[in-house]
Amino acid sequence: MKKEKSPVWRAAKAAFPHTIPIFASFWFLGLTYGIYMNVSGFSFLYPMLMSLTIFAGSIEFVTVNMLLGAFNPLQAFAMTLMINARHLFYGISMLDKFKGMGWKKFYLIFGMCDESFSINYTAEIPADVDRGWFMFFVTLFNHFYWFSGSTLGGIFGSLIHFNTEGLEFVMTAMFVVIFMEQWMKEKKHTSALFGLGLSLLCLTAFGAERFLIPAMAAILIALTLLRGIIEKGGERA
Amino acid sequence: MSITEQIITILMVVLGTMVTRFLPFLAFPSGKPTPKYVRYLGKVLPAAVFGLLVVYCLKDVSLFAGSHGIPELISISVVILLHLWKRQMLLSIAGGTICYMLLVQLVF
Repeated sequence: MKKEKSPVWRAAKAAFPHTIPIFASFWFLGLTYGIYMNVSGFSFLYPMLMSLTIFAGSIEFVTVNMLLGAFNPLQAFAMTLMINARHLFYGISMLDKFKGMGWKKFYLIFGMCDESFSINYTAEIPADVDRGWFMFFVTLFNHFYWFSGSTLGGIFGSLIHFNTEGLEFVMTAMFVVIFMEQWMKEKKHTSALFGLGLSLLCLTAFGAERFLIPAMAAILIALTLLRGIIEKGGERA
Repeated sequence: MSITEQIITILMVVLGTMVTRFLPFLAFPSGKPTPKYVRYLGKVLPAAVFGLLVVYCLKDVSLFAGSHGIPELISISVVILLHLWKRQMLLSIAGGTICYMLLVQLVF
């Protein structure tokens, strides 16, 4: 079989363009994270191994503070559960899409960060591309960007000079586009509007550091109460 | 903190992250039928979650200080207009990001 014809290669080629915005944002954030660890007095081995094994951006920044503080493994565990609780929603949404993926399923779940989930959930995968390999490569590319960015930041630390103020907006822009793609696909927008509205409400009420869990709870309650109406309306995600 | 304590702390974070990622798949294995309520959630949650993620990205923007969220508002409008016009994911994202970088570096 020629290399161009192999389904694995085709899936990698189809997946790559979807991950380009993630490359920009993960290198930027990863470098920042690596530099942050470097100036906090840690060897590059820390961001290297942590980006490889944890692979969840915000909690890794928080972990730096934990490592600098007093030893409290239970608090570290509880804090991680809270910050990463949104992954539960991703898992519930991916139950069907990850069915029958064999050994790849383990890695797909392991690497299901915000960005991998968003792309794998919304991407229109061409019919001649293997879905399992496509999602595998999206996850693998993202994992590699985060790992390489963090490691380079850890190695070169404060030597790197930045003139990239505002680049972090690439993440916001990506989620706006993904939100719009989802919006264009559905007939009714009840869930999208409640997600946006309740999150804003909780952000105002609880502040930036504490709004995530109340917002998730509010969304869950609203969608549960509205189940009759939404299902009757025939909303499809 | 000793090296051992550091390793334990990092392992706890790895474990916590994996719990949040694997739990739904362990609770609802593919061999058994998934409860209807959970299937319903799986269908309607993503739209709400994408809304949550947009807000999450903007959580540190203050309307009452600094640039009052104006660069964010303009750049998000650019993203939306570009996407409605061409519906090219990379173009919309790049256009909005470049607009934002120019605004915060040169204007605000």
